[in-house]
Amino acid sequence: MSRGRDSPTPFHRVRENEVPTQLSAGGPDRIGSPDVSPNPQPAVEVSGLVKRYGSKTAVDGLDLVQQPGTVLALLGPNGAGKTSTVEICEGFRQADGGSVRVLGLAPGSEELRPRIGVMPQGGGGYPGIRAEEMLNLVAACAADPLDPRWLIDVLGLGGAARIPYKRLSGGQQQRLSLACALIGRPELVFLDEPTAGMDPQARRLVWDLVAALRDDGVTVLLTTHLMDEAETLADEVVIIDQGRVVAQGSPAELTANRPDDQQLRFRARPGLDTSLLSAALPEGLKVREVTRGQYVVEGMIDPQVVSTVTSWCAQQGVLAEELTVARRSLEDVFLDLTGRELRS
Amino acid sequence: MTTFAPGTFKPKPGRGSLAKMLFVHARTEAVLTLRNGEQILLTVLIPLALLVALSVMPVIPMPEPRAGSAAARIFALAIISSAFTGQAIALGFDRRYGVLKRLAASALPRWLLVSGRVCGALVVAVLQIALLAVTALVLGWRFPLSGLPWLALLIVLGTLTFGALGVLLGGALRAEIVLALANIIWFVLLLVGGVALSASVGFVHLLPSAALAEAMEAAVVHGTAPGVGPVAVLVAWGVVAGAVATRTTRLT
Repeated sequence: MSRGRDSPTPFHRVRENEVPTQLSAGGPDRIGSPDVSPNPQPAVEVSGLVKRYGSKTAVDGLDLVQQPGTVLALLGPNGAGKTSTVEICEGFRQADGGSVRVLGLAPGSEELRPRIGVMPQGGGGYPGIRAEEMLNLVAACAADPLDPRWLIDVLGLGGAARIPYKRLSGGQQQRLSLACALIGRPELVFLDEPTAGMDPQARRLVWDLVAALRDDGVTVLLTTHLMDEAETLADEVVIIDQGRVVAQGSPAELTANRPDDQQLRFRARPGLDTSLLSAALPEGLKVREVTRGQYVVEGMIDPQVVSTVTSWCAQQGVLAEELTVARRSLEDVFLDLTGRELRS
Repeated sequence: MTTFAPGTFKPKPGRGSLAKMLFVHARTEAVLTLRNGEQILLTVLIPLALLVALSVMPVIPMPEPRAGSAAARIFALAIISSAFTGQAIALGFDRRYGVLKRLAASALPRWLLVSGRVCGALVVAVLQIALLAVTALVLGWRFPLSGLPWLALLIVLGTLTFGALGVLLGGALRAEIVLALANIIWFVLLLVGGVALSASVGFVHLLPSAALAEAMEAAVVHGTAPGVGPVAVLVAWGVVAGAVATRTTRLT
């Protein structure tokens, strides 16, 4: 059951019937018109994007603006429309509606492609090509590429440089694909699920790389369904579900507390009568045993509430362990918005 | 704080030189073909074995001069092997492994993606024919040098036509189905498509395999220009296959 789907949320949430303001003004003719804001040209500008596969609408009127030099994470469950959106921006798929401009240009244009780096989902390479040959081939397409040898080593592929692509592990293929995306010193990088199939060390490395790219002024648009990835890397998180933007903002904005939306968590003997604790607490606080022995008090948590909880536990003869007062995690926000049910 | 020196990834985008891209892409395609054991079997070893068999085994009917006729047919077969069957299978698996998407995402222009593949295939075809030609000369083929330009032209035309057919097959279907079909078609063309045996029925002359074998016969046995008929058949198949393939080929 989704906890807060219809409760007000502390951040801007796009209502389902809200007409995006950019939609009416969308389209290429808008570029350079005198009434644009003084902001620099967005790196990525998507308005009213629609993509259908047969009768299924994968992207349903999506709007997105990314400023240059920022990291934007498209966060959503599987099938939310992340890859469709990114692949339209990359020029691999045609939109069925709306407009997309990347660095002010049409996606997939010959003028644009040398300026961007792309890491497709699942990588890509000739089955029989050696890792270093693949990177050299992509490097040959760039005017002033990074040193392939250096990049191979940075990505921990030194030992795999002469192994054919089809015999690389999934994580190695992903890292090679990332190398191919970065080799041409692009100003904008699209990373579709960049850490899928990677071990924790490789994930750290990718995070480090993305941070370095951002520090050097590269714009990064990545998709992920990993909360910690979005929270760690992104300046801006756009949560999408069923092809629509359901929330957007910085991780801090998305997880910002309202005074009455906090959690007190503690661990104690399973099976405590939560209705008794509820009665002891002020009006408006909810108490649940979320998993065996894990209790959550939700609402406005003040020192009085903490004191009441610990003394109530003392009366019951139990010790409240691991007692924390927490802000909502990005995961809570995500699950509230996209539901807690398993998706097929 | 990252472990990379500031400025390491400072953007400096731009497209590489077209000549270098074409060279590296074509070389990659050729090297990958020549490194693949199954491709070598199909494009070199089987044609070589058949060339020897057709040249020296009198039980197989073959017009005189025997070695020259055998060379013409096997040259045609070699081009069908690499440009059609080899290309189709390679493309089917390249799509499976996402390389077309990977390259389409790079700065490589689309026309260069096709040209690089064509040049790679031509390099392979020239190497095949060179090796087979040396063998044929040893087996008694007497090459009239006036046929050399026509042989060169037919290598290019045959590679383009069968390459287009290979892309048509390998660009649309699943890799395993491509693998099966490409080998079956190769075998059928060899036996009844006017390659190993002369075309007996009329419509066989309209197949690109028979057309290439007949045109090769004119060039490498008689040293003359191929007839208009076979060339027209090859061009027509190539143009139609190419036009259809541009609509049906998918990146993955």
